[in-house]
Amino acid sequence: MPANAPAPKPGRTEPSVIRNFCIIAHIDHGKSTLADRMLQQTGVVEERAMRAQYLDRMDIERERGITIKSQAVRLPYRAADGSDYVLNMIDTPGHVDFTYEVSRSLAACEGAVLLVDAAQGIEAQTLANLYLALETDLTIIPVLNKIDLPAAQPEKYAAELAHLIGCSPDDVLLVSAKTGLGVNALLERIIEQIPAPIGDADAPARAMIFDSVYDTYRGVVTYVRVIDGHISTRERIQMMSTGAVHELLEVGVISPEPMPAEGLGVGEVGYLITGVKDVRQSRVGDTVTTERKGATEALGGYQDPKPMVFSGLYPIDGSDYPELRDALDKLKLNDAALIYEPETSLALGFGFRCGFLGLLHMEIVRERLEREANLDLISTAPNVIYRVVRDDGSEIVVTNPSEFPTQKVSRIFEPIVKSTIILPSEFVGTVMELCQQRRGSLLGMDYLSEDRVEMRYTLPLAEIVFDFFDALKSRTRGYASLDYELSGEQEADLVKVDILLHGDPVDAFSAIVHRDKAMSYGTMMTSKLKELIPRQQFEVPIQAAIGSRVITRETIRAIRKDVLAKCYGGDISRKRKLLEKQKEGKKRMKMVGRVEVPQEAFVAALSTTEPPKK
Amino acid sequence: MAPSLGMYVHVPFCSSRCGYCDFNTYTATELGKDVRRDTFHEVLVDEIRYARSVLGEDPRPVSTVFVGGGTPTLIGSEGLNSVLVAIRDEFGLAHDAEVTTEANPDSVDAAMLAELLDGGYTRISLGMQSSAPAVLRVLDRTHTPGASVKAARTARDIGFQHVNLDLIYGTPGETDDDLRRTLDDVLTAGIDHVSAYSLIVEDGTPLARRVARGELPAPDDDVMAERYVLIDDALTAAGLHWYEVSNWAETGGECRHNLAYWRSDDWWGVGPGAHSHVAGERWWNTKHPRTYAERLSSGSSPEDGREVLDEEQSHTERVMLGVRLAEGIAVSGLTVDPALVTEGLIAPDALVGGTIVLTRRGRLLADAVVRRLLG
Repeated sequence: MPANAPAPKPGRTEPSVIRNFCIIAHIDHGKSTLADRMLQQTGVVEERAMRAQYLDRMDIERERGITIKSQAVRLPYRAADGSDYVLNMIDTPGHVDFTYEVSRSLAACEGAVLLVDAAQGIEAQTLANLYLALETDLTIIPVLNKIDLPAAQPEKYAAELAHLIGCSPDDVLLVSAKTGLGVNALLERIIEQIPAPIGDADAPARAMIFDSVYDTYRGVVTYVRVIDGHISTRERIQMMSTGAVHELLEVGVISPEPMPAEGLGVGEVGYLITGVKDVRQSRVGDTVTTERKGATEALGGYQDPKPMVFSGLYPIDGSDYPELRDALDKLKLNDAALIYEPETSLALGFGFRCGFLGLLHMEIVRERLEREANLDLISTAPNVIYRVVRDDGSEIVVTNPSEFPTQKVSRIFEPIVKSTIILPSEFVGTVMELCQQRRGSLLGMDYLSEDRVEMRYTLPLAEIVFDFFDALKSRTRGYASLDYELSGEQEADLVKVDILLHGDPVDAFSAIVHRDKAMSYGTMMTSKLKELIPRQQFEVPIQAAIGSRVITRETIRAIRKDVLAKCYGGDISRKRKLLEKQKEGKKRMKMVGRVEVPQEAFVAALSTTEPPKK
Repeated sequence: MAPSLGMYVHVPFCSSRCGYCDFNTYTATELGKDVRRDTFHEVLVDEIRYARSVLGEDPRPVSTVFVGGGTPTLIGSEGLNSVLVAIRDEFGLAHDAEVTTEANPDSVDAAMLAELLDGGYTRISLGMQSSAPAVLRVLDRTHTPGASVKAARTARDIGFQHVNLDLIYGTPGETDDDLRRTLDDVLTAGIDHVSAYSLIVEDGTPLARRVARGELPAPDDDVMAERYVLIDDALTAAGLHWYEVSNWAETGGECRHNLAYWRSDDWWGVGPGAHSHVAGERWWNTKHPRTYAERLSSGSSPEDGREVLDEEQSHTERVMLGVRLAEGIAVSGLTVDPALVTEGLIAPDALVGGTIVLTRRGRLLADAVVRRLLG
């Protein structure tokens, strides 16, 4: 890039030279590598400062190879025609739980790069995000990545993409983000095809928040796309959903390090720092305007994040409870969707009932708590949110099996999702069988190419949160991909199954399940527990029950021998140490009535994988 | 009254290695030329002299001696007798001292037994394990089923008042009938003491590897409990009463040396890997016979490690060991959960008298009782 002509400055950039785009891609299809290459080829990051996955800040993102928080990078670019442009690359989260965040990122763009692995083809999440982008009227630039791989099948997958978005296979760009091949052509295509933003520079300011990140030093950093008007440091801003007014401490762009600026104009993308300490005060999807002469009408599309999946989180060591509380409080600053309240479990002690957007969100929260706060956690089986209508017509919302009414109710509603599954056609039968078992109903089925099928199902969310993805992967040897979005609720015949140990219910094991599944849940838990709970000095029945009706039973026989046969001179220290260890171990035992249950048994019983043999 | 002083002597040799055994013992091939069996008793005598120098003015004579292994008879009656001479010279033996040696049914004969009796040994303990050939094979024992009973009778005949047979039960493949026949044989041998141990699959042994590979089934605790009951019934009926969880004897035939362990008395352990307990301290010797011998010949201690027991540890040991005995332990200083009585684990009548004594069910669950007593 020639050094003589200065790049257009933030706040004073003509909308006509701006291109706002995002990259839609599946995990591992190379989005971060492509972003790295764009940073290099536009010259914003010098070669020697480059590091892999430059934009993924959190360790957890880099390790798992996924992007949780989106970011926006301003890339000044001199195109082949000699003109200077500003490319704003908006990095979108790549997972189903963050569909709302994705939709807001898309709404900040005029175009999207559809990035697909040339050896694997499009996956369900990418397809879902593609549909989302098409609904938002974005210009789509189809790209096949990793064409340098020996297994790449560019013709096959170009045809697939062409079929999906209605273009010619020749329009699909071939790129290797790893080697840099074709990246320049992609940058040129972005300039040519993606429309420049259009907005009214003289109208009251309106900017849409598409991301909001808590930073220890700066407080909340809010990422916005300006639609109309101008935002500058001289004016206070107002959040339109709450009316809250904030000082504007700093406005800037990320390029790719934060660069303060005087302001942001129509079509520009940048960040705002107001000094608020909680992302809840600066929510994704909200509209920012100026306090003085502010806009009266917010941009559309704002939603409050709504947790759909709930689980109890408990410290394995009960004395870690205060640390868990502090860690949740800290995490909440950066996660507007996370909710939690204290909960006590007979079996697990003190913990929190937490609400998540979905399963991945739950996993991420748990992993961050364990990693960043160094906590060992145990989580109860996840459940969804239920709406229960009592006989008298009153309604309750159940987020925890313990709140499930014991008396007869008139109707129960459960959330359902519309899911998309993409899979090789040979697995259609087995996946249909799986969806059948999970109470799914087929909405439709299409061939993407001669051997790849897209299936659409309505499924109860509850059936998906319980190991559906694992079952899908194992039935398709890892080839299927899944995406889903919430699509309302349906009435269902649901019951609460309790697990009783020696007659005492163990709250952590209660579950709300479909009546037809009650028996299999009961049998699974009782047989798991029979393996996991050590024999006691008395016989211990393990029962599964609906209300007072026992549906299945296992028995742990009483232990008859617990004595070391030999104990002479040399054995004594060893035996005493063993005893001291057992005494320590006993502290980690939980008493359920008279039954001693090792903590590990709860952990293993609550995990969805096969329990280890006792 | 000061506790009695015992002496354990460890002979770390075996002619072959048994698959279940994790004791500190070595075959001739394993040791090579560095360690000589025929002069090893001299090394043991060195430690006995060293013990004298450490205990200094301690006036106690040795009231019990127990030579174990390994296979003590592999160092011959001369070797065994010279060890006893050294103990007598350095410490003096109490006039009623109990002096036991373990013996392998294969490696003792009447002449050797007579020499040991002459040398001052009063008690012979024979590793019989079982009468069933199949069981002996799984255990890698080389003796023939009849050899132990024969050796025991010989020992009695030439004048040993006290003879013990060691049994192992619950070996993979053992049947109830195998055990019954073994007990019948034991009771024809005219012995006054039986030790019976459930087979423990010790980590790192060839037996553990065979079980891990699935060649042999793991011993089952429920079967062990049934076999224990079978043994206890048979021996009790024959006039051998239990005096420790795994030990039965005629009155007067109890092994006083072993009782000293369970009563937390003092003893010095001589030999590679031997453990000692004197005046609230435990220590243990280095395990390999060569290192052990080198240490002593260079005039340094063969000790490998040591611990000083604090009050809580001493208490734990006293309860853990004492509760295994038929004489029981005093209630004072302990909180007894009444459920231990109602669950049939400790005897109500003894408790009234201030002593905790296990019932038979309690003996089988002794470790659980100890945990509950120690809260």
